[in-house]
Amino acid sequence: MMKNDIILSGVGGQGILSIAATIGLAAIANDLFLKQSEVHGMSQRGGDVQSHLRLSDKPVSSDLIPYGKADLIISVEPMESLRYLPWLSGNGWLVTNSNPFINIPDYPPLDEILKEIKKIKNHIIIDADEIAKQSGSARSGNMVILGAASPFIEMPYESLENAVIKLFGRKGDQIIEANLKALKAGREYSK
Amino acid sequence: MKKLLLLGDEAIAQAALDAGLSGMYAYPGTPSTEIMEFIQSSKDASDRNVHRQWSSNEKTAMEAALGMCYAGKRAMVAMKHVGLNVAADSFINSAITGVNGGLIIVSADDPSMHSSQNEQDSRFYGRFAFVPCFEPSNQQEAYNMVFDAFEVSEKYKLPVLLRITTRLAHSRASINQKATIPEKILSLPDDPMQFVLLPAIARKKFKVLLSLYESLRYENRISKYNNFKDGRKRELGIITCGIAYNYLLENLGESLNDFPVLKISAYPFPKDLIKDITGRCKEILILEEGAPVIEEAIRGILDEGIKVFGRLDGTVPRDGELNPAIVAKAIGLPVSYGQDVPSLVKMRPPSFCNGCGHIDMFNSLIEAVKPYGQGHVFSDIGCYTLAALPPYSAINSCVDMGASVTMAIGASDAGLFPSIAVIGDSTFTHSGMTGLLDAVVKNSLVTIIISDNSTTGMTGGQKSQATGRLEQICEGIGVSREHIKVIVPLRKNHTENVGILKEEFEYKGVSVIIASRECIQTAAKRKRSENSNE
Ligand SMILES: Cc1ncc(C[n+]2csc(CCOP(=O)(O)OP(=O)(O)O)c2C)c(N)n1
Ligand code: SF4
Repeated sequence: MMKNDIILSGVGGQGILSIAATIGLAAIANDLFLKQSEVHGMSQRGGDVQSHLRLSDKPVSSDLIPYGKADLIISVEPMESLRYLPWLSGNGWLVTNSNPFINIPDYPPLDEILKEIKKIKNHIIIDADEIAKQSGSARSGNMVILGAASPFIEMPYESLENAVIKLFGRKGDQIIEANLKALKAGREYSK
Repeated sequence: MKKLLLLGDEAIAQAALDAGLSGMYAYPGTPSTEIMEFIQSSKDASDRNVHRQWSSNEKTAMEAALGMCYAGKRAMVAMKHVGLNVAADSFINSAITGVNGGLIIVSADDPSMHSSQNEQDSRFYGRFAFVPCFEPSNQQEAYNMVFDAFEVSEKYKLPVLLRITTRLAHSRASINQKATIPEKILSLPDDPMQFVLLPAIARKKFKVLLSLYESLRYENRISKYNNFKDGRKRELGIITCGIAYNYLLENLGESLNDFPVLKISAYPFPKDLIKDITGRCKEILILEEGAPVIEEAIRGILDEGIKVFGRLDGTVPRDGELNPAIVAKAIGLPVSYGQDVPSLVKMRPPSFCNGCGHIDMFNSLIEAVKPYGQGHVFSDIGCYTLAALPPYSAINSCVDMGASVTMAIGASDAGLFPSIAVIGDSTFTHSGMTGLLDAVVKNSLVTIIISDNSTTGMTGGQKSQATGRLEQICEGIGVSREHIKVIVPLRKNHTENVGILKEEFEYKGVSVIIASRECIQTAAKRKRSENSNE
């Protein structure tokens, strides 16, 4: 049985839903069942946001992932990646951006956050902002992170690429190319 | 048929379009907003010219939808749960008038209050009004139920309630689309007095409604959503309502088959179903997303019948949303857990966007009100409510849409001076205008600050009915022209704005200060769409 339970995390406005939409499109193309629960409304405004994304070859029942059962945490912000540890399974992977989003006065020192992340058995910390810049589109950091997480998502990599093409289709070839390049660069980093 | 990946809200909207909807009516409110937004962005809806404009509030939305179904067409009205309080008068009475074309009222409940002031359960309203109520357990069921709800509505000439909760509304799943139904044609009710609730008529119609409610229990399009499945165990039977079923299935998987389970997703339901399960089992566990509606009914006042576990005895917490762990515990399964959150992780509450105009308005207000001390500022619901938190701590109330104006009036009646209201533009046209009229008529000593950001910011930036109209509205209601002040909340205007506020606080009558600057998110969105249109 195939089952991927993924938690996406970040701060309102960082666009974690573009990652969710990409995985979602790929899952449909692979004929998988999926449920993806999102946070809308009040908590979007600079507060912490999360999305539970569940893929399976069997129908998915709960919209929420049970504690301790997530296979993967994908975070676009380092402190936020730690907020969801109660959901991460013992063998799960944590893939996070290393760039902090500081909008609270008591944000902890970054090196202490990274120290905590490194305590997790399976973790990948990636400077998505820098890699995105190198791939020619500073705004495709989310695709870098998705690329870095892609080896842990049980779907053919090409289906993620096709989803990116579909998702950014209306925005023109240049944007599609930049995002594909970002996705690839992230994947290379993890492998 | 096509497969679509849709939020629960979007599945309902898509189903309504596919089922021949002619009019969508709504006022924004989390978690219901995406129903209207989906229809507004649908090409099909625009080709067919389905009505899809926002209404001023839930009551006007409900009544306009009733008007459309008077004319024989299918209509839907959507709101968050507290919106149904606002629309309650028309909702309850629409059960007595009945409908002509099909009418569905979607009420989106928010257990755990993710973005609400309370967690009331709309199923109470279904029973209160004696109308059928559907409670989908998943997105596909929500999609299918819309078709059945329209049919039930037209067969029994009753409005139908569709109760959803946040988790379903804001979770995406794939949906199998059904064949579409054409829109209905304009046709008036057979009985020209159907919608005339004079007491003599209403008394007769209410009796009909009461007997109709009993026959609904055996309507196939309702009862097919309620299923009893026997299992080999006799110690414990389980009743689930709506989305609670998913958490049970998540925990039990295949071994769900061992338990007698009654899955309820539509109301009213036949008593036989309850007898089926209570007759077989020694004990019953009841899982409901929301209030213990079924649980209270089964326990009764004496609670001396079968042994029941649920929210009332603490097996399930009395308040808040369900989740897989709560249900695991309730059925006696071990709860899995990852690792604790490291203590260095800090809270990250929502906050004003950088550069938001509300910030500058509040900075001026805080300075202007300082000499009078604490406790003079009534406020309302919207982005500006964030000023309740530090570093601002600038407001003393947030109760329900419009209450800032009227509470300021009452406090001023009691002698509080100055008595100040801060209200958003959309909230003002939702429910602030009538309060302002009260103030004008009795010349209350109040200062009303309308923090006008030209949008409904809190719910994601929907068009505000107030935009461009506020000065005329206030003048029309009777506020004197000299005491309608328009200011621009910017740091460079701070000193000037503090002066204007102070002056109006001291005025012995009604004054309105309109602090006008577009929400920066809305402005950015507008610029993006202007650029892409070029
Ligand atoms: C009866 C009711 N309907 C809807 C809502 C959801 N809601 C909360 S604030 C708000 C609108 C806020 O708009 P506005 O007053 O313009 O303030 P802004 O958020 O733009 O600052 C809405 C629709 C609610 N809480 N209660
Ligand atoms: S969304 Fe608009 S109104 Fe709300 S905090 Fe941000 S800028 Fe202010």
